[in-house]
Amino acid sequence: MIKGQTNGGLIAIAVIGLAVMFGAPHVLQLFTIINLTTAIGLALLGLSLGLVWGYGGILCLGQTAFFGLGAYAYAVTAQNFGETTGAVVVAMAVGAAVAAALGYFMFYGRISDVYLGVITLTVTLIIFNLLRRTSGPEYKIGKALLGGFNGTTAPPLQIPWDARMTLFPQQLFYVSMGALLLCYFGCVWLTRCHFGRVCIAIRENETRAELLGYDARLYKLGLFSVGGGVAAIGGVLVANGIGRVTPDLFNLTYAAQAIIWVIVGGRGTLLGPVLGAFGVFWLTSWLGTQSYFNSNMVLGLVLILFVLLLPRGVVPAVTELAARWGRRKVGRRERMRARRRGRRRAIQPAE
Amino acid sequence: MRREVVVQTTDLSMHFGGVVANDRVNFTLHAGELRCLIGPNGAGKSTFFKCLTGQLKPSEGQVLIRDVDTTGYDPHRVSQLGVGIKTQIPNVFDGLTVEENVWLSCRRWHEAGRARAVTAETLERVRLGDIRGRVVGALAHGQRQWVELAMVIAAEPWLVLLDEPAAGMTDEETYFTAELIRDINKTASLIIVEHDMNFIRAIAHKVTVFHRGAILIEDTMDVVSADPVVRDVYLGHKH
Repeated sequence: MIKGQTNGGLIAIAVIGLAVMFGAPHVLQLFTIINLTTAIGLALLGLSLGLVWGYGGILCLGQTAFFGLGAYAYAVTAQNFGETTGAVVVAMAVGAAVAAALGYFMFYGRISDVYLGVITLTVTLIIFNLLRRTSGPEYKIGKALLGGFNGTTAPPLQIPWDARMTLFPQQLFYVSMGALLLCYFGCVWLTRCHFGRVCIAIRENETRAELLGYDARLYKLGLFSVGGGVAAIGGVLVANGIGRVTPDLFNLTYAAQAIIWVIVGGRGTLLGPVLGAFGVFWLTSWLGTQSYFNSNMVLGLVLILFVLLLPRGVVPAVTELAARWGRRKVGRRERMRARRRGRRRAIQPAE
Repeated sequence: MRREVVVQTTDLSMHFGGVVANDRVNFTLHAGELRCLIGPNGAGKSTFFKCLTGQLKPSEGQVLIRDVDTTGYDPHRVSQLGVGIKTQIPNVFDGLTVEENVWLSCRRWHEAGRARAVTAETLERVRLGDIRGRVVGALAHGQRQWVELAMVIAAEPWLVLLDEPAAGMTDEETYFTAELIRDINKTASLIIVEHDMNFIRAIAHKVTVFHRGAILIEDTMDVVSADPVVRDVYLGHKH
């Protein structure tokens, strides 16, 4: 079995995560904190793809569909009801439900992996083009104008019990980081419980899983829906970070980037896609500040280099390296001990 | 006393385009029986087997497994009836450990604590205890076959369908496999597709010979191997 993080590793991740959550707002500038909120939203998109692709073997090229729909559902609900806690729940439900509906046709129709990728990508691009054409005043849901290419405003999150109190950027950061940690550990738990282990088994060999009596379609559908829900939370956070939702959330750039995060970070891990998202977000932000290189070209180069040099991604490579180093260290310590023991024994007869 | 019928097919036919792989097969298996299906290549054994397991949907006819009409069932539903299935090419979870493979089979039927106990028990029974932590993809062919057998056993089925369980095994491995199969037969009825005549002689009481998609003869191994028609089928006509 490809082991994920060990328990020690998980505790380390939790500690580092909490340290960033409570430390970052005191150290970093406000602008960076707001940017980080957006990055966390993208990290959740990466996490959801890492779960669906890495653990279920479902290559979903259009994970952005659920991400964007989550963002739109949040914005529209919040604008209509003036309350955001319910809007977050609605966003999650919309993401999961759309994934379930789409998944139903794909998995129960026994569509092969390649077509699955094509269909999901097409779905997100269709939504992208559809929403770009909703600029007229006639396109509205309740009170919320969809606003076509410019999108619509996303009201900032409020304190659940008091709709008059909107969160400050720092508080928004706490919420985002908290959501990321919760989702990450939720996904870790999911991949270790019976359901998740069956999903991994289906990824390994669908025929065998079915011959054991597991309905592969149902398990894939379940995992895909959870992935949709997680992506939708990411969408909510990005909407909060940017303050708007636009059709761009559905576009090819994000859809392709999500794949890159997973490949660079490491498929088959949950930490990898999250770190991949942060890394690439940082890289693109930095590339945006200079004008020598086209940022897409650099991203492409990064992807090619990773596929060639670290085909399994950063996290698996680092984990393996650490394990090998640990083994060698233990081995050396044992050899030393044996030598010392041997010397002592060698000395004794002489006494 | 007539024993209970556990598998029955009536006029089971399977066509692939114009090719008739199975032609009106009427087959019956009684409880506690261990039946081998033999026949030359292309005789339709594997197609018949796949129709039983739900991997193929028969073109015509009916499959009854203990009075349940399973014609057109998906494999997972056939399996849910309590049927253990091993396919021709070892179908195992290559990326997972031996223990995880067997556990996945066990946990389908038992709650967590019992599943762990039955997994450990099964691993010992199939002599995989020492390599329980190894990744299955890295094992030798014979061991992979046993992992698959262990998965079948761990589910504690009452009907077991095996497609070439001894394929590619050494004599010693084959011997142990035969032992395992006789052990399974104490609690389950079996249908086994096999090529290896010595292996069949070691386990089978009654065999069914397939030829050109239909059942040619059904009798004990001694009668079948002495039958001139069977010899013709296997060795070819001399005109």
